[in-house]
Amino acid sequence: MIEIINLHKKFGKLTVLDGLDLKIKKGGIFAILGPNGSGKTTLIKCLLGMVIPDRGDILLEGKSVLHAAAYRNNINYLPQIANFPSNLTVTELINMVKNLRPKPADEKPLVELFGLRPFLKKKLGNLSGGTKQKVNLLLTFMFDSDLIILDEPTTGLDPIALIHLKETIQQEKEKGKTILITTHIMSFVDEMADEIVFLLDGKIYFKGSVQQLKEQTHESNLEYAIAHLISKQDA
Amino acid sequence: MLKILKYSIYDLLRSRWSYIYFIFYLILGFVLLFLNTDIDKAIITLLNIIIVLTPLIGTIFGVMYYYNSREFTELLLAQPIKRKNIFLGQYIGVSLSLSLSLLIGLGIPFVLYGLFKSASIFDFVLLIVVGTFLNFIFVALAYNIALRTENKIKGFGFAILMWLMFAVIYDGVFMISLFIFNEYPLDKFALIATMFNPIDLSRILILLKLDISALLGYTGAVFQKFFGTSFGLLISLSVLTLWVLLPVWSIMHISGKKDF
Amino acid sequence: MRAFPLFFFLLCVVPALWGNHITVCPSCHIHSIQAAVDQARPHDTVFVMQGTYIESPIRILKPLHLIGQMNPTLDGGGKKQSIFAVQTDSFSIDGFHFTNVGLSYTSEIAAIFVANSKHFTLSNNQMDHVFYGIILQHVKYGHLLHNTVEGKAIDETSSGNGIHIWKASHIHVEDNHISGMRDGIYFEFVNKSKILRNTSQNNVRYGLHFMFSNHDEYHHNEFRNNGAGVAVMFSKFIKMHHNIFHYNWGTASYGLLLKEINDADIKWNHFVQNTIGINIDGCNRITYENNDFVRNGWALRFTGGCYTNVFKNNNFMYNAFDLSYNSRVNNNLFNSNYWSEYNGYDLDKDGVGDVPYRPVKLFSYIVNKTPETLVLLRSLFVDIINFSEKVSPVFTPDQLVDKSPLLKPVPIPPTPNKM
Repeated sequence: MIEIINLHKKFGKLTVLDGLDLKIKKGGIFAILGPNGSGKTTLIKCLLGMVIPDRGDILLEGKSVLHAAAYRNNINYLPQIANFPSNLTVTELINMVKNLRPKPADEKPLVELFGLRPFLKKKLGNLSGGTKQKVNLLLTFMFDSDLIILDEPTTGLDPIALIHLKETIQQEKEKGKTILITTHIMSFVDEMADEIVFLLDGKIYFKGSVQQLKEQTHESNLEYAIAHLISKQDA
Repeated sequence: MLKILKYSIYDLLRSRWSYIYFIFYLILGFVLLFLNTDIDKAIITLLNIIIVLTPLIGTIFGVMYYYNSREFTELLLAQPIKRKNIFLGQYIGVSLSLSLSLLIGLGIPFVLYGLFKSASIFDFVLLIVVGTFLNFIFVALAYNIALRTENKIKGFGFAILMWLMFAVIYDGVFMISLFIFNEYPLDKFALIATMFNPIDLSRILILLKLDISALLGYTGAVFQKFFGTSFGLLISLSVLTLWVLLPVWSIMHISGKKDF
Repeated sequence: MRAFPLFFFLLCVVPALWGNHITVCPSCHIHSIQAAVDQARPHDTVFVMQGTYIESPIRILKPLHLIGQMNPTLDGGGKKQSIFAVQTDSFSIDGFHFTNVGLSYTSEIAAIFVANSKHFTLSNNQMDHVFYGIILQHVKYGHLLHNTVEGKAIDETSSGNGIHIWKASHIHVEDNHISGMRDGIYFEFVNKSKILRNTSQNNVRYGLHFMFSNHDEYHHNEFRNNGAGVAVMFSKFIKMHHNIFHYNWGTASYGLLLKEINDADIKWNHFVQNTIGINIDGCNRITYENNDFVRNGWALRFTGGCYTNVFKNNNFMYNAFDLSYNSRVNNNLFNSNYWSEYNGYDLDKDGVGDVPYRPVKLFSYIVNKTPETLVLLRSLFVDIINFSEKVSPVFTPDQLVDKSPLLKPVPIPPTPNKM
């Protein structure tokens, strides 16, 4: 489904992606992991066309996404930081995003699921971080798209919301969606991910299932396995 | 793009700055006419204000809107919308809402004071047209600066510097160079030099329609010949259009390459 | 003073009442004016009835009174001849319509050409399509009253003057309307004469052109939209009162050009919307009082050495420049004028500003040095340098200061021109 070929990106002198190659097949949950600054968000933003790569290509269903726009209609993206225009109300924001995307959306079950009804008429600037993240999730999941990209989806969520999030992700997976997740919460990965993509120094350092990773590193705990991967690099 | 434009204008209509700007022009129009009751003289005073203030406010608004709507922009970037449409929509939204404030804010007092019966209607229309041009030009320039500058404070600084450059420094250098080279025939040089500063061009365009052409004619026939004819008006308006199109093209170019 | 012209008029016209009458009309026994003139004895009156008379020249060499009844038309037929060629004393011509006087590049021809005459009156005549309107040469004690000269002049070389007077004295030019000629009124070597209540407008060159003429006065005239305004040159003891100079708006145009004028008196005039209100070139001992300078490019522009002139109680309002000069300007006194750009204060409430006003701005100094800098007029930069010069004067001269600027404009009555 997604094919990333020899992707290079520098910000000034800092090399973030250094000839990254990656293939992700359709269906399933993929966790993109890596230490801080390893290029996870940059990779995602390249995929979304928000960051323009210096070299390389990204193919989605066999078609290059560089300098295109329409393909984004088939991607639901959850940004890392829930920044919204602060003088809009939640309802206005939902309507606006719906208006901007030429496809049907159903926000009502999600409003109920995350308990957002009391906040619909409030301005986004007045909401707490957690509530904003719920709105963020709602905007992401209200569309029916084949590819779902979640950048740190768990930030600021209370345990109940977290459970609802996990349920939602599972439901989407069952519908045959491809889901990319970046996170630092290893338990979340352990529980959800079908496959792990580990980024280091702008390259894919490991790609495989959770089980494969544990076997390769001889660690039974995923957190330790990841730590092992990082330390081995340093040594 | 129209959707973005719609949301930008909608967003700006909710911001109190648009109203402050609108009310400022409204009060200015009434005060000028109330103090003078002479439309011609009010238009000259207005000229002084418009050529200084519209660029300044366009610059500040442009930079401010860009930095304030970053979140909105990032939200939009993840949507299936072309980048250039996002920025073009925002840019036109800001410029248009500023121009509307100018038109309506000044229009109301002038119409109430009998603009349509006055011979000055052409001067007034020219003033609004030039003010609109200056809005579009300086918002575009400000957007260029903001797109290139991540740091908000730096961006504001550069934008104000840019305004200062066109409003004051350019004229200072212009005057000094006229002064130094006054042995040579200078009218062609002066004519070309005004083309490179939209504020100068706008100012002279209005001054000539306000009959100061006779004073400029004093410096030599080139000016009067050029600006006094409809050919000159056409060229001047084309150059002003170019002053809009070039920065807009640059906005599209930079935004196409920028990472968010 | 008003009785004098009337008396003079009677002196000329009353004898007509006891002289013989001769009537001319197209269907009469006498149908040519020249024939009537030839038949008439001195001091007779010739009545010309309504109709068109294609005659020129009509030579008048004896004292006669010609009176047009119901505006008869005298058609010059486009010939290079004046219609009336007069060379006699004590005559009058009243109530005619003149047209079709041919154009000549070599000689001066006019509707009425008067030479070597005394005591005459030309009144109530209308002239159009004439090369010159009225030419007077070597004359004294003449009256030109209520005449209208209208031309459609395009350039200076192919047009003549409305009223052209050369070598004369004691001439009254009153209530005439001249438009579209080369010079409206032309005076050369004319002394002790008066120009009153005339309107001179849309002339290609000057509304009034005045040279080598002394002890004259002109007042209550209107000079409007003339190619170069009004020129008064090389003359002494001239009084200019209650005139309006306006809309003389063009590349080299001014309300009033004064060149080499001494001991003149300029009071109660209005200078409105001229490129230059008064251009003053080498003029000394002139008093300027109670004049209105409104919305001119330059209100006053000195272009030559000018000494001991007095400017008092004038209004300078909304001019692009109040004052500019490019040579030595000494011993000129500016006192108690109103300047619309003055923004000082008056703590003792005596109507006089407590801070002196400097009418010369830095920018006007710069424009004098380099005229092209005028393109920066009304720019922010110019406002800034003018302000800084005002705060600490460096370039503008110390002596050009109004020490007691007025806070309110001097009331100057509008000039009643139509009387």
